[in-house]
Amino acid sequence: MNPAGGRKRWIILLAITVVVLTAAGSYAAIAFQRFQDSRSAASAVSVASGGALPEAPFVLFRNTAAGQGYGMAGTVPLSAPAGQRSLASEACDRVYGTARNLVCLKTNRGLVTNFEAVLLDRQWQPTGRWAMPGIPSRTRMSADGSLVSTTVFVSGHSYSASGFSTDTSISRTDGGAGTGSLEGFALLANGSRVTAADRNIWGVTFVPGDADAFYATAASSGRIWLVKGSISARTLTAVHDGVECPSVSPDGTRVAYKKNTATALAAHWKVAILDLASGAETVLSEPRSVDDQIEWLDNGTLLYGLPRDGAEGDSDIWQIRTDPSAQASLYLEHAWSPSVVR
Amino acid sequence: MYISVSDRNGGKKDALPASNDPAVPQRAFRLSPVILWLGVVSMFTDVSSESVSAVLPLYITGFLGLSAIAFGILDGINQGASAIVRIAAGWAADRSGHPKRIALAGYGLSMVARIGFLFAGGFWALTAIVTGDRIGKGIRTAPRDALITVSAQPEYLARHFGVHRMLDNIGAASGPLLAFFILMLIPDGYGTLFVVSLAFAVIGVAALALLVPNLKTGNPAGPTPERRPGPVFVFRWSLLREPGLGRLLVASGLLGLLTVGDGFIYLVLQDRDSFAVQWFPLLYVGTNVVFLILAIPLGKLADRWGKAKVFVAGHVALLLCYLLAAAPFGGFGPTLACLVLLGAFYAATDGVLAALASQLTPPEKLATGIGAAQTVVALSRMAASAGFGVLWFALGPSTAMVVVGSCLAVAVPASMLIMRAGTHQRQTA
Repeated sequence: MNPAGGRKRWIILLAITVVVLTAAGSYAAIAFQRFQDSRSAASAVSVASGGALPEAPFVLFRNTAAGQGYGMAGTVPLSAPAGQRSLASEACDRVYGTARNLVCLKTNRGLVTNFEAVLLDRQWQPTGRWAMPGIPSRTRMSADGSLVSTTVFVSGHSYSASGFSTDTSISRTDGGAGTGSLEGFALLANGSRVTAADRNIWGVTFVPGDADAFYATAASSGRIWLVKGSISARTLTAVHDGVECPSVSPDGTRVAYKKNTATALAAHWKVAILDLASGAETVLSEPRSVDDQIEWLDNGTLLYGLPRDGAEGDSDIWQIRTDPSAQASLYLEHAWSPSVVR
Repeated sequence: MYISVSDRNGGKKDALPASNDPAVPQRAFRLSPVILWLGVVSMFTDVSSESVSAVLPLYITGFLGLSAIAFGILDGINQGASAIVRIAAGWAADRSGHPKRIALAGYGLSMVARIGFLFAGGFWALTAIVTGDRIGKGIRTAPRDALITVSAQPEYLARHFGVHRMLDNIGAASGPLLAFFILMLIPDGYGTLFVVSLAFAVIGVAALALLVPNLKTGNPAGPTPERRPGPVFVFRWSLLREPGLGRLLVASGLLGLLTVGDGFIYLVLQDRDSFAVQWFPLLYVGTNVVFLILAIPLGKLADRWGKAKVFVAGHVALLLCYLLAAAPFGGFGPTLACLVLLGAFYAATDGVLAALASQLTPPEKLATGIGAAQTVVALSRMAASAGFGVLWFALGPSTAMVVVGSCLAVAVPASMLIMRAGTHQRQTA
C-alpha cells in the first residue's frame, strides 16, 4: 500500500463512516420523533383516566390503542366493552384481576432492562412486587385473589446461550411461601415419573373453588401434556395430550386451550375445548393461529388476543362462541391480555 | 516452555521467550497497525452483533410468542454448525494463502444478515438470518486470528492478541448498552436498532476491506508447496499429528468439557438471590468489561510466564467462580466477584488459546490450527452445557456446580501434564 493509495483508502473509509452514521442517526431521530408524536397524540379510542377498579363485572386488559395511554392497564364494563375505557397509570405487558386485586407483569425499560410482577389493590396501590427472571408471557389469579401464577421466558443474554425455556411459578398474594419454579414438582405421565431434564411448564389456570388444584401445560422430549397440579402434593399429573395454555371455564367443567395442528417448529394453534368429564375435544373454526391463553367471557363464549395486521405493537381481543360452527367476532379493539372479573 | 515451531523470528528457530534468558536482547513491544485495525474492525462488528443479540430474546418472544422455544432448539443446532465452520474456514484460508479474503467473506455474511433483520417476517426468515449471522461469525474468527499472528512480533504474540481482544470487548460491552438505550428511548424501536446495528457492521467491513493489508500466510521462505486436493478430514488428521497442537487440542477439549456456558452461571446466581435477577442484563456486560480490562495484562503475562500456564490458570479462575456461585451466600459482593473471575477466565483463555495454537502450528497450516483449537473448544463447551443441563435437573444448581468444579479441579493439573509432555517430546526430538 503506497502512501497516496493509503490516504485515498482513508478518505473512502471516512466517507463511508460519515454516510452510514448520518443515515442511521437520521433514521433513529425520525423514529424517536414519530414515537414521541404518537405517545403524546390523543388516544385512538375514547379514554378516561380512571380511579379505583369499577364494580364487577368488568373486563381488565392492556390498552394497545396508539396515543396517550398506550400500554396501560385499563377496564371497560362488561355490559359496554366498546364504550369509553378507564385507564390506570400502570403499564403492563400482561394483566389479570379479581374483584379485590390484580397482578401486572411489566418490563422496566432502561440501560438495565428487567422484569417484575406487581400486585395492586382496587385503588391501584402496590401491595407487593417481585423480580421475575425473564420476559412476561402469561399470568393468572385464583378467583379469590389469593394465588398468582406467572410464566416468563428465560433466555441467555449472550450469543453463546440463546436457548429459550419457560419459568412458571405460583405465588401467594398474602406474602406466604409460593411454589418456586413448577419444574421442581414431580411430573407424572401414564403412571410413571418423567425425569428428563428438558422440561418446560407454562400457562397455569386455577380450578374454581379449589385452593390446591390447577391445570397447566408441561412439555418434555417433544411431548406436550395437559397436567393437573396439586400445590400441597407438589405434583403435576398428565391428564390429556397436546393441550397448551389451558383455561378452566367458570363452571369448572371444561378447559379452553390452544392446540397445535402443524409442526413443532412452525406452529399453527387452533382454539379448542376439552370436556374434563368425558375427555371429548372440540376444535373451533377460528382459522388464524392463536398464541394466547384464552379467557372465558361466560360459560359459552371465549376471548383471546390476536395481533392487529399491519400495526406493530397493536392487537385486538376477539370473541367466539364455543360451538364448532361459530365464527369469531371483534370484542375489544386495540387491546391485549383480557381478564373477565365477575 | 514452548518453543516456537514456526519460523517467524528472523531465523532464530530456537529462541525461547526472553524472560527465560535475560542475556537475549529483547525487542521493544511495537503494536502492529494491522492488529490495531483488526481490533477496530472487531469492535465495530461486536457493537453491531452484541447490540442485536442482547435484545434478540425480547424481539423473538414478542415476535414469535411461544414458538421461541422451537427457535431456541434450532439455534442450538446452528451453534454446532458455526463451531464446525471455524475449522473449515481456517482450512480455506490456508489453502488460498489469503486469510483476509476469507475473513472478509465472514464479516460480509454477518453484515448481509443484518440487512435481513430489516425485512424479517416469520419464523423461518428469522431463523435463516440468525443462522447467517452465526455462520459469518464462525467463518471470520480463524482467518482473522491468523492475520494477527503473522502481523505480531512472535515474542509478544499473546500481548498482541490481548490488544485485539480488548478492542473486541469494548464493542461487546457497549453493544448491549447501546441496544437498551435505544429501546429505552423508543420502546418498540427494534427497526431503529437494526438500522444502527447495520451501520456499525458496514463500518467494520469497510475498515477491514480498506485498511487491513491482504497479508499472505504460509511459509515465508517460499511459496507453499502444492498439496493434492483432498477432503478436509485428511488435512485435519495430518494436522493433529503435530505433537504440540494435538496435545493442546486434547487438553483444551478436556477443559472445555468442564466449561459450562456463562448463561448457566448467571442462572445459578439468579437462582440464589433476587439481586442477580434484577441486574441480569448487566452480568454479561460486567463480564465483558473485566475481560477487556484484563486482556492486555494477561497477554503480557502469557508472553513472559508461558501461554499454556496462563491458559490453564484461567480455568482456576473459572473453578473459583463455580465454587462462589455454588456457595450459599448471595448479594452484591459474591456476584461481583463471580463476574470478575469469569472475565479473568475469558481474558486468560480466549486470545491466549489462539496464540498458543498459532505457535504450535506450522505456518502453512496456521489458520487451520487456530480454527481446529477454536472448534474443539466450542464443541466441547456445547457438550458441557448440554450435560450440565442434565446435572442441574438431577442434582440442583449448587450441587451440579460443585460436581463440575470438582472435575475441573482434577482436569486442571491433568491438562497441564498433557501439554508439558508435548513440550518435552518436542525438545528431545
